Amino acid sequence: MVHSKPFFAALPKGSKPGKGKTYQAAPGAKNTRAFQIYRWDPDQGGNPRLDTFEVDMDHCGPMVLDALIKIKNEVDPSLTFRRSCREGICGSCAMNIDGKNALACLKPIKDVKGTIKIHPLPHMPVVKDLVPDLSLAYAQLRSIEPWLKTETPPPPDGERLQSREERAKLDGLWECILCFCCSTSCPSYWWNGDRYLGPAVLLAAYRWISDSRDEAKGERLDALKDPFKLFRCHTIFNCTDACPKGLNPAKAIGELKLEILEREG
Amino acid sequence: MKDIRDAQRVGRTSDGRLVERPLSGHLSVYINFDMVMSVGHRVTGCAMAVGTIVLVWWLVAASMGAGAYDTMSWWLRTWIGYLALFGWTCAMWYHYCVGIRHLVWDTGRMYDLPRVNQSRLWILAGTGLLVILTWLVALV
Repeated sequence: MVHSKPFFAALPKGSKPGKGKTYQAAPGAKNTRAFQIYRWDPDQGGNPRLDTFEVDMDHCGPMVLDALIKIKNEVDPSLTFRRSCREGICGSCAMNIDGKNALACLKPIKDVKGTIKIHPLPHMPVVKDLVPDLSLAYAQLRSIEPWLKTETPPPPDGERLQSREERAKLDGLWECILCFCCSTSCPSYWWNGDRYLGPAVLLAAYRWISDSRDEAKGERLDALKDPFKLFRCHTIFNCTDACPKGLNPAKAIGELKLEILEREG
Repeated sequence: MKDIRDAQRVGRTSDGRLVERPLSGHLSVYINFDMVMSVGHRVTGCAMAVGTIVLVWWLVAASMGAGAYDTMSWWLRTWIGYLALFGWTCAMWYHYCVGIRHLVWDTGRMYDLPRVNQSRLWILAGTGLLVILTWLVALV
C-alpha cells in the first residue's frame, strides 16, 4: 500500500498536488485577493489539489488566518486547519504561507504579493487539508524528557531557587510554542526526520540543559551525543529564519554541540 | 513500509478504511539560497574528491617520465581539461570558504541571521577572488 520513495527529494506517488477548483468572490467585490490552498480529504482520497478562493478584502480581517476563517465560514465549510488563540501563542495555525513557514494568525495578508499560496507544514504526512500529522515530532519531544529532573531533595521550606542571572539563561528558550515551523523548514529534518530530532526539540533539550535547577545535564548530553539526533544539523539556518517567535534554534543547537565538545575536553 | 515515516502516512477515512496520506510538499514550496549553499558544500566536497584523481594522474605521470607527462599535459590543455581544472578550483575554494564559516560556527560564534546573511556574500566574494588569483598565478 505504501510506495517506497524513488529519490530522496521526490514526493512519493500520490502526493503531487493537482489543479483544483476556483471559487469566485461575490459579485460586486472590488478589492479581492486570490488564496491558493492545498486540499486533501481522506474520504475522497487521490492526489491533493490546489483550490483557489477569491476573497473580498473589504470584508476580511488583516491576517491570513482571518481569510481562512472567512473562507471556511462563507465558502467551503470543509476547509480544515488548526487554529485557536489567533495571537501567536498557541502555535496551532503553523503552515507554509508564500513559501515560508509561519503562523497564519501573525502573517499579514498585505505582506504577500500576488496569489497567497498556503500549504501544510513541509514534508509531513497530511491528515486533512492544512493539518499535518505531528505525532512523530511530539514523540521526539517526549524522548528528550522536557521536565525538571533532580537527584537531590528539594529544600524543605520552599521551592528550588534560581538567581536572576541563572533565570536569564533561559530567555530565548522558554518562549518556544512548539508550532514546529522550524523543524519542518529544515532540510535535514525532511531527509532524516525519523532519526534527527529537529530544531524545535533540540531547542527544548537545550532549555532543560541550561536550567540551573536541573541535575540531569550529563545524562541529557549523553542521550544527544549521536550522529543523527543532534549532529544532522548542518547550520542551514532555516529554523531561525522561520521562527515566528524570533527565537534562535540554530544557536541552541550550536551551544549543544559545544557543550558536548567541552565535556569531552 | 520502509520506516516510521512511511508508517505515519497510513491514515483512516471517516468510516475506518485505511488510506495512504500524501506527504506535504517540501522543495516545491520551500527553497532559499542558504539551502543551495549548504548542499553546494557537500557537492563541491564530492567534486574535489573526484578532482583528486587528476592529481594522482599528475603524480603518476610525473614519475613515469617525459612521455606520460606530455600526454597528461596535452589532455589538461584541451578545453575539457581547462573546464575540469576551472571547476575543480571553484569547488575547492568554495568548499574552503564555507569550511572556514563552519569552523567559526564550531566555536559558538556567528549564530545570528544578520551575520549569516553577511557571511554569504563574503563566501561568494572570497571564492571568486581566490579562483581569479589561482588562475592568474597559474597562467601568467
